[in-house]
Amino acid sequence: MKDRFNLYRFASPATFYPLAGAMIPYFVAVSAVFGLAGLYLGMLVAPTDFQQGEGYRIIFIHVPASWMSMFIYLVMAGWAAIGLAFNTRLSGMMAQALAPTGALMAFLSLWTGALWGKPMWGAWWVWDARLTSELILLFLYIGYMALTAAIDDQRRADKAGGLLLLVGVVNVPIIYFSVKWWNTLHQGSSVNLTKSSMAETMLWGMLLMAMCFWMYSIAVALMRVRTIMLERERHTDWVKAELAGDQQ
Amino acid sequence: MIHWNSFADFLAMGGYGFYVWGSFGLTALIMIVEPIVVARNRKTTIARLKRQLRAETRNTAE
Repeated sequence: MKDRFNLYRFASPATFYPLAGAMIPYFVAVSAVFGLAGLYLGMLVAPTDFQQGEGYRIIFIHVPASWMSMFIYLVMAGWAAIGLAFNTRLSGMMAQALAPTGALMAFLSLWTGALWGKPMWGAWWVWDARLTSELILLFLYIGYMALTAAIDDQRRADKAGGLLLLVGVVNVPIIYFSVKWWNTLHQGSSVNLTKSSMAETMLWGMLLMAMCFWMYSIAVALMRVRTIMLERERHTDWVKAELAGDQQ
Repeated sequence: MIHWNSFADFLAMGGYGFYVWGSFGLTALIMIVEPIVVARNRKTTIARLKRQLRAETRNTAE
């Protein structure tokens, strides 16, 4: 009973708002530490790849950005499911706060992929299953943002957006398994501890960068959700007190 | 421990400099600009909500 009580407490924007504000500096700091450590290992220490030369170093941002683009979408779909099932206010706010960061991650994944593809494959872009499904993911993010922005009634916007998120979630396993299901130009997964092709410093650099991207995404999403909370809850007493208190 | 012999070596990235720095550059730019945009949006939203709140309290007081 105690756990349930706590969960419900933090699902309330009035409780979540100050908590989020207090946590943001920690996520920023941890993200910076992981980022510096990851860049040090990946850019300064890790050896040259025997096949891809120094160009392989793009993976230190390409892989984390791609993982985050998929993970953020799953989190948004999770919030959408909670919102549609329990009609909670927080879920729509969280999904809305995550969407721009997820879209940027999908864009970075495609951008760094193109810059990797040009020297390695000789093409910025190919209509390969992995690339195409990642592009669809970017369109799903943009579609979600456009759809929720186009509907004036906030509750209806959240519901329509949530449905789009849930329908689109089928795309995430398609991206993930595309390199196994189809004969793609995109290489298969390299993150495998038993594989000797990836040096330990490369792997650690990539994992540290992934943690950096993860913490960064949480920090920015929390920053964004706090503004969304003030906007959507502007008629409540706690927001009026917050605004009157001249707090940032 | 350090893999590079010189700073020029590091910048050249074995001939892949344009692609590697093009990737890292845009990522860094996005990770700097996105929080700035979010913070600025927060400031203008708070200012607007405060204006609205003042207007509302004035109206109810009259």
